[in-house]
Amino acid sequence: MSFDYENKISKAVQQVPPSAIRRFFDLANEMKGHVISLSIGEPDFVTPWSIREAGINSLIDGYTHYSPNSGYIDSRKAIADYIKRRYGVSYDPSSEILITVGGSEGLDLVARALINPGDEVVVVEPCFVAYKATVEFAHGVPVVVETKPENDYRLMPDELEAAITDKTKYIIVGYPNNPTGAVMTLEDWAKIKDVLLRHPDVIVLSDELYCELNYLDGKPASLTQFSEIRDRVIMVNGFSKSYAMTGFRVGYIAGPSELVAPMIKIHQYCIMSAPSMSQFSVIEAALNADNEILKMRTEYNHRRRVIIQGLKDAGLDCFVPYGAFYAFPSIKSTGLTSEEFCERFLLEKHVAIVPGNAFGECGEGFVRISYAASLDDIKEAMKLLKEFVEELKKG
Amino acid sequence: MIDDIELLRLIENNARLSSAEIATMLGSSEEEVESEIARLKEENIILGYNTVINWEKKAPDNCIGMIEVRIAPIKNKGYDHIAQILSRYDKVTACYLVSGGFDLMIIYEDSTLRNIANFVTEKIATLEGVLSTTTHFILKKYKANGIIYDNPDTDDRQAIIL
Repeated sequence: MSFDYENKISKAVQQVPPSAIRRFFDLANEMKGHVISLSIGEPDFVTPWSIREAGINSLIDGYTHYSPNSGYIDSRKAIADYIKRRYGVSYDPSSEILITVGGSEGLDLVARALINPGDEVVVVEPCFVAYKATVEFAHGVPVVVETKPENDYRLMPDELEAAITDKTKYIIVGYPNNPTGAVMTLEDWAKIKDVLLRHPDVIVLSDELYCELNYLDGKPASLTQFSEIRDRVIMVNGFSKSYAMTGFRVGYIAGPSELVAPMIKIHQYCIMSAPSMSQFSVIEAALNADNEILKMRTEYNHRRRVIIQGLKDAGLDCFVPYGAFYAFPSIKSTGLTSEEFCERFLLEKHVAIVPGNAFGECGEGFVRISYAASLDDIKEAMKLLKEFVEELKKG
Repeated sequence: MIDDIELLRLIENNARLSSAEIATMLGSSEEEVESEIARLKEENIILGYNTVINWEKKAPDNCIGMIEVRIAPIKNKGYDHIAQILSRYDKVTACYLVSGGFDLMIIYEDSTLRNIANFVTEKIATLEGVLSTTTHFILKKYKANGIIYDNPDTDDRQAIIL
């Protein structure tokens, strides 16, 4: 008699399918070391030294205990200062900011704090894989809006409007976007704001992890900047992508205190507090590292242009991405599926990229190429991509 | 329009980039990049292209001296006269006028300590106007030209991160 594990696992967890492209991941992991990897969703830069040093100094000074649940007040003040400086929006550090374990905890907290079973959440795909999963774990029902390359993967107001029902609790938007590299300008957001004004009960979760990696004008653009809806926009943000601090596991939620308070409640029972050392690094990052971000953004931008040129040379269609560190070209002209393309590219040319269908069904026919990699690797990979596509077309 | 500071930073860090590559990276044309580089050379803003080499690996006996020189400045010529004479020696790789307890900082590279000592005693100390010298020999390079030596180039990231 074997134990019936399956019936013991929560239905909500069971219904979230394991990643469909697990096999491809295993293959890529086995080959790591022999491949050029343009498949990584984290910066290749090491965290700027002053930020690391601030964390080290906190250890030397003995700050090795729990912080207050919401985070050290100095860290929250630094975050409020940063948001004011970069977005021009004010948040009260004492009640409107919660320091989380990365942006990921923020996604989970919003879902758990807001969703009643059966509530709908509009998810804009292609997108980061955790959006749908966090909703489903919390017994919500994701309603997918598919963005399109002909719209530069921006969220179109009519598409959003069509997805909203009287069961919609909130919408999740993530721009600059992983995996497409799409950005929304303030003008684009204004149209979305108008839709939201027609639906006064709908809350917004705006994932802004890539906010600094915007190559149009280098400035964050967000729904939080519209005062008419500020009382129902929750910003999930962090330091992982913009500041190359993925391993610090530190992010934050900024929003109206009435929405943040229940999230603090969950956070205090489940997490206690974000890592203290990382919160000291946050102070340095939020207050003194604008120049470091600028350096990284400039370098990403150079690589971005090399990738776009490389895709053009390889004969693959790609809308021009202006954000994050991804390009999302179509591989439909090769006749292969996303997974076939990536698997063969890996096996035949030893370059790892990610099948687009990992980010939602509408990602089928596309691949995600990350330029969080050295220029030499990018150049070599683009050369191999051209070879590969030419060989495919010859048959 | 090319941002010339951005262009300079780019080639300062990687002098091997081709004009075509630079053009792609800056979102410009090859012709524009070339004419901009020509202008920067013309104006003596771009002075040359160096490669950063860890000579400690290839020629471990090579010696570098940092020589402090105190000077009594010459009327109408200030410090320039002596600085210009010393700069003409090929093995002087850098020469700076500095504030503080001495006047010129000379970086001198040669194959032996003896050769450096000879340069100091025979060429520098004998110059009219030189009051004294202090020579420091470099024992180990940790960082030069903005590059950390022996920096392990490891990428510890996972193969795929969504």
